[in-house]
Amino acid sequence: MAILEVRDLHVYYGMIHALKGVSFHIKQGEIVTLIGANGAGKSTTLRAISGLTPKSQGEIVFKGKSLDKIPAHKIVELGLNQVPEGRRVFPQLSVEDNLALGAYLRKDTEEIRKDLKQVYDLFPRLWERKKQQSGSLSGGEQQMLAMGRGLMGRPELLLLDEPSMGLAPLLVREIFNVIKEINEQGTTILLVEQNANLSLDISSRAYVFETGKVALQGDARELAADPRIQEAYLGV
Amino acid sequence: MNRMNEPRKLDGKWNIVVLLLVVVVYGVIQLLAAKEILLPYHLQVMGLICINIMLVVSLNLINGFTGQFSLGHASFLAIGAYLSAALTVFLGMNFYLALIISGLASGFVGILIGLPALRLRGDYLAIATLGFGEIIRVVILNIPAVGGPRGFTGIPRYTTFGLTYILAVVTVLGIKNFVNSAHGRACVSIREDEIAAGSLGINIIYYKVAAFAIGAMVAGVAGALFSHYMQYISPGTNQIGFLRSIDILIMVVLGGLGSLTGSVVSAILLTLLPELLRGFAQYRMIVYSIILIVMMLFMPSGLLGGFELSFEFLENLIGKFKIRKRGVSDGTS
Repeated sequence: MAILEVRDLHVYYGMIHALKGVSFHIKQGEIVTLIGANGAGKSTTLRAISGLTPKSQGEIVFKGKSLDKIPAHKIVELGLNQVPEGRRVFPQLSVEDNLALGAYLRKDTEEIRKDLKQVYDLFPRLWERKKQQSGSLSGGEQQMLAMGRGLMGRPELLLLDEPSMGLAPLLVREIFNVIKEINEQGTTILLVEQNANLSLDISSRAYVFETGKVALQGDARELAADPRIQEAYLGV
Repeated sequence: MNRMNEPRKLDGKWNIVVLLLVVVVYGVIQLLAAKEILLPYHLQVMGLICINIMLVVSLNLINGFTGQFSLGHASFLAIGAYLSAALTVFLGMNFYLALIISGLASGFVGILIGLPALRLRGDYLAIATLGFGEIIRVVILNIPAVGGPRGFTGIPRYTTFGLTYILAVVTVLGIKNFVNSAHGRACVSIREDEIAAGSLGINIIYYKVAAFAIGAMVAGVAGALFSHYMQYISPGTNQIGFLRSIDILIMVVLGGLGSLTGSVVSAILLTLLPELLRGFAQYRMIVYSIILIVMMLFMPSGLLGGFELSFEFLENLIGKFKIRKRGVSDGTS
């Protein structure tokens, strides 16, 4: 069953028609990637799903429930968390406090503690620096923190907006391994990426965006082998 | 901020220490006043310090902790000052009741203003709050019943130093608790990054308005205390207009945005400063400006920016002191 279904989504930024009828779905337990060039509408799609950007037309259904009139902060409550593009950690707060804020909506202290331990297991580097101001972390560590913070909300569906942006190749590899691990632990993941190579490698399915529309879709492996994709995104 | 999951074990002990300290300081001041070492003038200045502490701490909640740049804080003071004076003078209302009503009224106006204004950010919000402050001032200026431009005279002196002291302590402790609660952390996260805060499910508008309303309420009470202390309130810009707002803002910035300790220290210093410089009071703004320029150059985060006098800090200090002492007596240091 589809955990998230997006049908005929249209978004305007003023006069600019950014999304022109995007439809896709994600099944429980999958990793689905949206790939595409800059300005193709990937991030806009994520923002529309989280309720951060208003849509003009179309429908978004999460766990069988329409997200139409639900404000952004209530959508998080339903179990849909977004890790925004560009990390956006709270720079003057410590790593610990950032993670605690990730569990802001939760009251189950015992479970929060368990999740905190799990995040530290996933990212041992955060444990080492838990008292440090997060603004003083490196870019890679901040990305880990942003993802850890997203996980602290214990989402059923995690939206990751360009987690590899601006990171060294070795770190990118590490981040993708963690994404796979998070998925294996039961979280469904919607990934937006420029790094088509690696993201297709860990995804089950993918959608290729082109100027506000879905141009191609299908099995990630097949797409990776598709000559059109290879030419446009994989640089083969 | 630093303890989220583990409850503080030492809180109980330190709470008693704080309570004792508050009582002892109050007792000493009253004793000195009774012995006439502290004259009524000194007490009055100390009362003004307490009122300013309330104003500065409440603005710090809005500007420093929630990150919403407000330039209209004095208008809430104005609402409290004039409303409470009108209630006690015209209706003969009990002062304490008037105090509560003016606080609630200010808080309510804070919500009304906050709901539309807090959709704005940064400079735009500053301009909007500045405009709102001027509206309040001009409205008061044009009500003859409260004295119009001449000011409201003949307000009974109900405020005592003791009352300002107690309310200042309550304000500082109350806002400290708020800031350290989950609600306070939500406010700080909005200051740090609004988009990220929203993506974690924090209701941004709600917390902005809540911080604004709490700040407004405290400022309203401080205003009521002020008008019943000076027995006079005038609609001058340096009393209830933007100059006063900027005065308060200067104290917040000088003390350090987001530091309650800093707010208290700078409220004390900057209230005393013009009193000490009475001879050339007209240069006060120049001194202020110079201090601010120097501060921004050399200490951009304020006197105590980010620092908070906490029990943890004191414990560490005491711990270090003990170790050093032991080291000396062992001859190992």
